[in-house]
Order: sequence, then C-alpha cells, then structure tokens
Amino acid sequence: MIRFLTRTRGRGRMDWTDWLSYGYLMIGLFTMFAPVLWLVMSSFKSESAISQFPPTFLPYTQKLVQVAGHDKPLPLFLTRDETGELRPMAQVRRIGIMATMVDPQNPEQQVRVNINDRTPINALHFAFSNYTEIFGKFRFGLYLWNSVFITVVATLLTLLINSMAAFALSKYRFKGQKTVFLLIIATLMIPPTIILVPVFLVINTVGLLNSLWGVILPAIATPTGVFLLRQYMLTIPDELLEAARMDHASEWRIYWKIILPLSAPALAVLAIFSVMWRWNDFLLPLIVLSRSEFFTLQLALNAFQGELNTQWHYLLAMTVITLIPITLVFAFLQKYITTGIASAGVK
Amino acid sequence: MPLLSRAAGLFFNLFEPLFRIAQRRLGIGRLGWLFVAPNLIVFGLFTFLPIAINLVYATTGGVNLMPFERPYTGGENFGILFECRNYFDIQTCRKDVFWRAIFNTAQFSLIQVVLMVGLSLLTALVLNRKIIGRGFWRGVFFYPVLLSPVVVALIWKWLLQSQGVFNAALVAVGASPVDWLTNASWAFFWTVFVSIWAHMGFYTLILLAGLQAIPKDMYEAAEMDGASPWRTLRRITLPLLMPNLIVVLVLAMIRAVQIFDEVFVLTGGGPGSATTFIVQFIYQTGFAEQIHLYGLAAAASLVLALGLVVLTLLQLRLTRASDAGQRAR
Repeated sequence: MIRFLTRTRGRGRMDWTDWLSYGYLMIGLFTMFAPVLWLVMSSFKSESAISQFPPTFLPYTQKLVQVAGHDKPLPLFLTRDETGELRPMAQVRRIGIMATMVDPQNPEQQVRVNINDRTPINALHFAFSNYTEIFGKFRFGLYLWNSVFITVVATLLTLLINSMAAFALSKYRFKGQKTVFLLIIATLMIPPTIILVPVFLVINTVGLLNSLWGVILPAIATPTGVFLLRQYMLTIPDELLEAARMDHASEWRIYWKIILPLSAPALAVLAIFSVMWRWNDFLLPLIVLSRSEFFTLQLALNAFQGELNTQWHYLLAMTVITLIPITLVFAFLQKYITTGIASAGVK
Repeated sequence: MPLLSRAAGLFFNLFEPLFRIAQRRLGIGRLGWLFVAPNLIVFGLFTFLPIAINLVYATTGGVNLMPFERPYTGGENFGILFECRNYFDIQTCRKDVFWRAIFNTAQFSLIQVVLMVGLSLLTALVLNRKIIGRGFWRGVFFYPVLLSPVVVALIWKWLLQSQGVFNAALVAVGASPVDWLTNASWAFFWTVFVSIWAHMGFYTLILLAGLQAIPKDMYEAAEMDGASPWRTLRRITLPLLMPNLIVVLVLAMIRAVQIFDEVFVLTGGGPGSATTFIVQFIYQTGFAEQIHLYGLAAAASLVLALGLVVLTLLQLRLTRASDAGQRAR
C-alpha cells in the first residue's frame, strides 16, 4: 500500500518537491472545505448552542432531565458539592452567582451552589428542527419554489432559443448572417452591471417588475450559449439534413428531431451552466423583485442576514439548503463543467 | 418521463404548422431569421436598447423613470460626480463616496488580481505535476467557484462574526478578539481574501488547461540538456503559458472591477465606505437610496464602462504583442 502511494515518477521514491506539492494540496483542501464543513455542522446547532462561545465543531447541547415536581425539563450540570465530590445535578433556578440545584435521583432536597462550582453536561444533539421550522416560520418553501421555478423555466427557455439561433447560424446561409453572429458575440463585452438602470426601465415598461418573468426573460439569450451550441452543431454533417429534406421533412422537424438530439452533449453543458447562473443570480433579482413574496433563496438569505438579531440557527440552515443543489451538481457533473470551461473559457 | 416526452411532442406540434407556413412563404434560406428572432428580440430589448437609453439617463436629471419625462441637463450628472474643491482630497468632493468607491475598486482590483492569479498559477503548476488523483485535487479548488456569492459571503460572515471560530482561536491562544468585519482595514482584507477563495479555482482551471497543452517533448528536450527545474519554468513553461496568462489576468481584472454580490452581503460596503465599490455605488444611487437618482447612476455606470473598454483594449494589445513575440521566437 505504502509502496503504491509513494510510487510517483517511476523511481520509487518521493523527493522533497513531491512532499511540498502534497502539503500545498492538503492546505488547499482544508482552506476550501473547512469553512463549508463548519457551516454545515453549525447549522445543526440548537438556538442555545449556536450562541455559545467558544464554539464547538460538533453540535453539543446541554442535557436536560425530567425531574419529578417540575413541569419543564431542567438543564443538567456536573456540580462539586461541599465534600468536593462531583455529582450531576439539575438547575431549578439561578439568582446572581448562586444557583438552586436538585439531585434528579432525590428531587426533594435542594442545594444552593456557586455557579463557578459547576459545568454544564453536554450531549451531541443534531437540531434537525432548524431545517423543518424554517418552512413554517419564514415562508421558506415559497422562496425555494420561486428559485426552482426561475431556474427550471429559464433553463428550458435558454436551451430552446439559443439552440434555435445556433441552428440558424450553423446550418443556414442567409443575408446578414455574419452580422447577426457578430452582434450576438458582441454582447459578451457588455456586462449587465453597466446597463442596470435602463434594464430596470425596460422591465418596468413591459410590466414585469415584481414578477418572476422579469428575472427569467432578460437573460434567456446568452452569447455563451449560442457560441457553444453553434460550434457543436457545425460538426453535425449537412448530409443528414439533406436526406431529411429529400423526405419532405419541415425545417422545424429537422431542428427538433435531428439537430437537437444530436446536440445533446452541448445542450447538457449549457443546461448545467444555466442552472448555476440562475440559482446563484443576485443583482438582477435584487432590483427586479422587491416584494418579499417574489424573493428567491438568494434574496431571502440577503434580507434575513441584514435583520437585527439575526437568528443564525435558521439562517445557517437556509444557507445549507441553498448550497445543496450546487453541491450535487459539483459532485456528479463536475467533469462537464470543467471541460466546458476549458474549451469555451466561459463561466 | 412519458409525461415529459408527451409535453415535448405537444410543443413540437404547436410550432410545426407555423414554421411550415413560414417556410412556404420565405423559402428555406430566409427561415434562418425566424430561428434567430427570439434571441435577437431578447438581446435588442435587454442589451442593445438599454445601451442607448443609458446615454439618455446620463444626460438627463430629475427623479422620473420614464426617459421622455426627464429634463435634459447635458453634462450636469458628470459635473456632479467630478466636482471637487480640491482634487487631492477626496473629502472635498461633492460625491466623496463615488471617489472613495473608485479608489477602493482600483486598490481592490490590483491587489486581488495579482494575488489571485499568482495563487492560481502556483496551484496550476502543482496540479500539473505527476500527482495522484489530479481530478480530485482540481475539484477541491474548483468547488467554491460554483457557490453563490450570497452563500460564500454568509459562510465567511459566520466564521468572522465576533463570536465566530476565528475569534475563538485568538482567545484560545491568549490574544484578544478582533472585529474582523467592522474594522476598516480588516474588512478590506477579508473582501480580498474571500473573493480570492471563491474565484481562484476558475482561473486555476484555465491555466491548468494551458499547461497541459504544452507539448511534453519540450520538457524532455530540456531534461536532456540538463536544464534545472527553475530554468525550465522560466524559459519554457512561462513563455508558452503567456497567452493564457494574459487572458486570465484581463478576465480577472474585468471581473474584479465589477465586484458586488459577495462584498454587499459580507460587509454591506462598510464600515463607513471602506469596502464600497463602484457597482455598489451605482446600485445605491439608482435603487437603494430614498431618492432614486437614475441619471447619476447611469453616469457612474458610463465611467465604469469606460474603464472596462480600456481594460478590453489593453487585452487586445497584450494579446497581439504576445502573438508577435511568439512568432518572432
């Protein structure tokens, strides 16, 4: 096993540069994933555990015990009594630095203990309730639905209209074709940030302000998508189209039944990108959707974190739910994304 | 699945007659226009038309959103942006936040791009070595690229808050806690750090693709000649990687100048205006403040556009120079 791991450049031994490389990569692994892991673990902490300082990695919560004669469960402490012996005791109440404690085994007898003479007894407790409660308390389900709706509909439309344009640009010869292609590619040079005000005006004028369609439509035509699909469709032989035309197939049939299925790999790459763009989109939704019933997950997270007394245990659970789809995309489709970026140089 | 294919079939049948008629009327060649029409309408409405309207906004005043209800003011918006009593002191400017934002953006872009491209290059060089599990390690650096800016900001906000893990570590070693996000210098540092953390994987990927395109026999020849690894790096790897390096540098610069989302959620531009960048100024002037000054926001976005044009021209220049250099060699 060891020999297998250390077998690098055929000479059998790792030299110091190899050790340095793996050291660097390990640091990278830690830097990139530890923050996310910390977030995920924190999201399972209960409200009381999350405000504890210093924080723990695992979600520990103080143990509660049911004591006869008390309605609510009482917090459990490891307490040092007068004889110096350590005993687990439950706290009834606390005034200043003195706490009234009771032995769960012997509920009749109460003792007063200095709070410095006791430490809380903690137990591992995953607060899954953080995840279930956000749906009831904050209309989180609605935000999730808005995000899913925008992502799915926008991606379908993106695939449709960009593949149509790519089909025309790769398989037809018509007047002005070059100009159209150049115009589309030129939009790559115009970042949305510099036309924010007029885009807002257009969306307002066509009546799409505070509508999910106001976020979907402005970005369904993407130069990246047209370029990616066109380059792929150029590799589909024209003879296939000619044969179909001989059989009196309409152009729409050729596009739908021949070109689209054959472009599936390129469509898949564009679909993955589109899903990521839409799921993560922030600036456009921020100016278009100002009413909270239209908030996407990103907007809801932003609005919620800005509130006073941020309830971090809920906010972290929402954040984790928001990053789950992207993490799944990463885990299963990473290969498509990396080849897409490496070949087209786009994100 | 059968439901999906039935929906697709329905969609196909919906458009088939339409295209059949159009095909009969226009002929096959001009049918191309019909296929590109949806794209062109969307681009026209949401990209080309806005470019024109942006100029209208920048040269008109008032608070009306409708362009024809806005009084023409010529260069007044630019006058307001550039009005300073003393040009060597930002605080004497009428819109001192604008100048602060420009200054911050320039400082941020320079520091962030140099550090990030440097780190990406180092990472790509390490990944290009004969290491076990290259795909896995590449993925490690790439993962944060996919996360949304809001999520990235919240991850770090949680670590950096006053009761967070960074302060816990400081307290554990006996130091006193630091206000990471409410101290101006630290807040600026963390905007740089977090944006590098989130984006370096993307540039690493492009540089790695460039490194892997360098022919292996180059290295074999260098090894035969007994060249040291350092010399191989300086004389073979870096010159051959130069085109990719330029693309990455300029791309990173163009993105850095437009930084907004992460910082907006992480620091909100604060404390004060210590991490307010140009896009946030545009957003606040046009949309967030009580009175929406669309004209001023449009004027500021034209200043940003000018900066981006300069960067793009720089890229063209550098690419041409590098191509010429390649041919000369």
